[in-house]
Amino acid sequence: MSTHTIHITVNGALHTVEVDSRLLLVHFLRENLNLTGTHIGCDTTSCGACTVQVNGVPLKSCTMFAVQADGAEVKTVEGLAQNGKLHPLQEGFYEKHGLQCGFCTPGMLMTSAALLESNPNPTEEEIRWGISGNLCRCTGYVNIVKAVQYAAEKMQQEKGGGHD
Amino acid sequence: MIPPRFDYQAPETLAEAVALLSGNPGAKILSGGQSLIPMMRFRLAEPALIVDINRVSGLEYIREEDGWLKIGALTRESAVDGSALVARRYTLLADTTRVIADPLVRNRATVGGNLAHADPANDHPATMLAYRARVVAMGLAGEREIPIDDFFLGPFEPSLNQDEILTEIRIPASNGRSGGAYQKLERKVGDFATAAVAIQLTLDGAGNVASLGIGLTNVGLTPIRASVAEEYLIGKSPTGENFSQTAFLASEAAEPEADYRGSVAYKRSLVRTLTYRALMKAVERASGGQA
Repeated sequence: MSTHTIHITVNGALHTVEVDSRLLLVHFLRENLNLTGTHIGCDTTSCGACTVQVNGVPLKSCTMFAVQADGAEVKTVEGLAQNGKLHPLQEGFYEKHGLQCGFCTPGMLMTSAALLESNPNPTEEEIRWGISGNLCRCTGYVNIVKAVQYAAEKMQQEKGGGHD
Repeated sequence: MIPPRFDYQAPETLAEAVALLSGNPGAKILSGGQSLIPMMRFRLAEPALIVDINRVSGLEYIREEDGWLKIGALTRESAVDGSALVARRYTLLADTTRVIADPLVRNRATVGGNLAHADPANDHPATMLAYRARVVAMGLAGEREIPIDDFFLGPFEPSLNQDEILTEIRIPASNGRSGGAYQKLERKVGDFATAAVAIQLTLDGAGNVASLGIGLTNVGLTPIRASVAEEYLIGKSPTGENFSQTAFLASEAAEPEADYRGSVAYKRSLVRTLTYRALMKAVERASGGQA
């Protein structure tokens, strides 16, 4: 079969849709769901602008078919802010000037969010290693790293707040 | 870029997957998809049927058993990268996995796919040559084990029949006096190697090289075993002088082509340098008891 009915949860909302087997996840998100926060950069599995989380794992949504995400939970940059409050990473990118043109930002955010989930207090090297699959053509890496550090600190504080 | 149309099946058992492959000459297995999907988008691959094995259970594991390190073919590179066992006892594999593509690709890419794709630019092929690994394939006729030296027939041509799926990789279990290292030069994270060298060696009681495997990445139509270099060093002491000669012989085994990553002479010289460095690191690890 070349068309399939899939059940896919995106940012908490369940969608049941019929998709062509060749439909890439990034096109599904942008064109079927109108979630254009996820960008298409290189189109060649190189730049990471299209990074989303599938079941919590950051990956390049241009290199996965939508049909493969049947039953999965997908999180895009639109799902980062909760109840109108920016995610600490979004706040960090704002505070530390972590974006210039902003094209790589959604991918940087989704990769960094997963990084902080598994490693809440990363070293600078771990951050640089962690985002090495995401390219910033403005070369704004110094401030991107600072933004991730800002978020790590803030999230630690929020988490540790009740215990100190 | 949108890939050509194809039919898609996601079987949940190996038997179903094998049946789908055997009945469809135009079928292709999809594991991590990090090579296949880009190739389909460039229309370099146009399979009529995709058999997605990601829903087949029991193919993701890393364990030591019966004198082997066994890796399920669907094990993600990120899982190998995060394995304490691999980090402690299989440093060549740990080195290699860490420099494959980038972290996002490694979250999807699989060890089995990296081998079955049989791209001479991929990193695991040379590493498995150095380890003298074996791969296990399952087909209509059952299971068979293939020595890694017989696995790479040509570029993108593994010795797998149309109905066969690579299911497991077997690396000889590490012993106390073995060590390995992978040295790769890439222009940037995510690029293929300009060249890379995999070394796995064992020292004997006297401190001489008892066994040695040398695999070369992206300097030929297939991954290359530098067998003359291997034979030269076996039985000799691990000195800088002996390493220099071994490195020279390894560079002679390379069959690079000039491209935008460098000239033939440059790549050959690079193999020599990387072999020397990898030997130094491998012997240091073997002496320190770290695999």
